[in-house]
Amino acid sequence: MLYGAKMAWRHLGSAPGQTALLVAGVAAAVFIFIFMSALIGGLAELLVMRTLGNQADVTVAAPDPPLPVLVPVQGRHVLAARQASTSPSLGLAAPRAWEATLAAFPGVQVVAPKLLGSGVLIRGEVTRPVTLSGLEPGRESAIIRFDRAMLAGTAALAAGEVLIGEKLARDLGLSVGRAVTFRADNGNSVTLTVSGIFRLGLGQLDEAAAFVPMSTAQAVLERPGRVSVIELKLDDLYAAPAVAARIAASTGLDVTPWTETNAQLFEALRAQGNTGLILKVFAMITVVIGIASALMLTTFRRRGEIGIMRAFGATRRFILYVFVLEGALIGLAGGLAGALLAAAALSPFPPIEEVQTGQLPVDLGQGSIGLAIWLTTLGATLAALLPARAAARLDPVEAIQQ
Amino acid sequence: MSGLLLEVREVHKVYGEGATATHVLKGVSFAIDRGEMVALIGASGSGKSTLLNILGTLSRPTSGEVAMLGEDLTRADDVTLTEFRNRHIGFVFQFHHLLPDFTALENVMFPSAVRAGRERAQARARAATLLAQVGLSERADFRATQLSGGQKQRVAIARALMNEPELILADEPTGNLDRQNAMQVMDLLERINRESGTGFLISTHDEQIAARCSRRIVISDGVIAADRHSDR
Ligand SMILES: Nc1ncnc2c1ncn2[C@@H]1O[C@H](COP(=O)(O)OP(=O)(O)OP(=O)(O)O)[C@@H](O)[C@H]1O
Ligand SMILES: [Mg+2]
Repeated sequence: MLYGAKMAWRHLGSAPGQTALLVAGVAAAVFIFIFMSALIGGLAELLVMRTLGNQADVTVAAPDPPLPVLVPVQGRHVLAARQASTSPSLGLAAPRAWEATLAAFPGVQVVAPKLLGSGVLIRGEVTRPVTLSGLEPGRESAIIRFDRAMLAGTAALAAGEVLIGEKLARDLGLSVGRAVTFRADNGNSVTLTVSGIFRLGLGQLDEAAAFVPMSTAQAVLERPGRVSVIELKLDDLYAAPAVAARIAASTGLDVTPWTETNAQLFEALRAQGNTGLILKVFAMITVVIGIASALMLTTFRRRGEIGIMRAFGATRRFILYVFVLEGALIGLAGGLAGALLAAAALSPFPPIEEVQTGQLPVDLGQGSIGLAIWLTTLGATLAALLPARAAARLDPVEAIQQ
Repeated sequence: MSGLLLEVREVHKVYGEGATATHVLKGVSFAIDRGEMVALIGASGSGKSTLLNILGTLSRPTSGEVAMLGEDLTRADDVTLTEFRNRHIGFVFQFHHLLPDFTALENVMFPSAVRAGRERAQARARAATLLAQVGLSERADFRATQLSGGQKQRVAIARALMNEPELILADEPTGNLDRQNAMQVMDLLERINRESGTGFLISTHDEQIAARCSRRIVISDGVIAADRHSDR
């Protein structure tokens, strides 16, 4: 159908102003489509990075048998409910074996055990309450990215060393190489050397947390061979609920995906995604309506020609083809122009990791450029179908009499 | 080349339905041989265009039959009819109706290109020859919109000849032209008829045009009132 293509091309070329305007309109819609995709994607990425960057995607703990709540009814005690225990459990035994099991689940990227306890850090007169975390040496930065947040020293922990946040260091007047005493709630004490100071920008971690090697934590907390939780990072953040469910079902452990601990964030991300989707759908509807109405005018204006073409042997299919192709060409041209425009306009934006407060987090990589071009061409083709069909069905006699 | 070209039997055409129905053709029958040049004469509104459109397979009769080259054209489907008129029928309308975005040469090539799916070199050569025949060689690359009325009509005639049709239906081909241009167009049609034996059915209410045909069919009140051969 080379000849039909030539005809479509001529038609578009015969009204260059109208064609340019149509293409520009489509390009604008495509630009909005890509911009919205890039912005929503970038915003989600930034939020996730800021909020979840230093959290586990899935947290695995020993099952916590719920406590029975018994209520006296007619002289007997009846089970009314089960309530989660508030006292810390003893933790998971045999963590090495669990680690291997968990690492084998598809989608699991990193496995890192953690032992939690509480106490105070004491230096001279000054005392500060802290949460103590025991981390596996070599995997200190597996969940919380200390490696990206060090102000002084290193994030690697050796026996008897401690990592603390900038605020806490300032409060206690500590610097790298200085000693500090940790006293656990159980009364045990240990003297630690500061190996590194970090700034994560997260209040709790920067001012009330201390990180020590696993063995040190197990000793001072009197939990030999045990860990509180095993934390996981996944290949796909959004697979967390599914992976968590799978792990819980096959291990019987207490498994919590980030979507539960950060339900609000998860909801916000979803709402944001839906808003973006609505805007994108409207951008596409604009394309479809614009092209359909423009082609309706075109086919109306060309009624006489259509009649003549039919008289001289153009089949209905030929007419249909010509006008559908016109729509498709406008869609494709507008899609490409809009994509180019978007690429040019969005590429100066910094990568999400470097976005400063007040800057738009735009991730061109999430702009769905290919999808935008494809959808626009498809939408334009479908939009052209109706007027093209009407043109193909014109009664040649009536059309010629115009 | 002689023999039966077109046969029209008891053709009726009714526009509309019920109270507003217009019975335009009320049983029209006649036949045309190959190579004839026939004038179709009648007052305005007598049904000339209606009849030509039916013969050209652009519309269907309400009843009756039309056969051309032995093929029944009243029952064939749209695709068959489209293909049939592309091969065997040429049209010349009162208002030339060239494709405005195409050059004179491209317009002449249209009937061939739309069948082949592309503009063949052979077709281009033939279109150029036809344009030369109608005296428009130098205008071959002009857009339709850049031609005068008489020139457009001559391009339209060349286009009608493109696929070497056996019959050309011309609906008041000179109706929109001044006398000089009208006579020029008739000279052309006469020459084509003589040289290539193409059959013509030309509707007109101009006696001078009719006088140049070898036969005149008069339509009046929906029926054929007279059908006479004449020596031009
Ligand atoms: N689509 C239509 N619907 C209803 N009536 C029609 C239609 N087309 C034509 N007619 C009527 O049929 C009659 C014949 O029209 P037609 O165009 O065939 O006449 P004509 O002989 O070609 O006239 P003219 O010399 O003015 O071109 C007229 O009365 C016209 O009003
Ligand atoms: Mg008429």
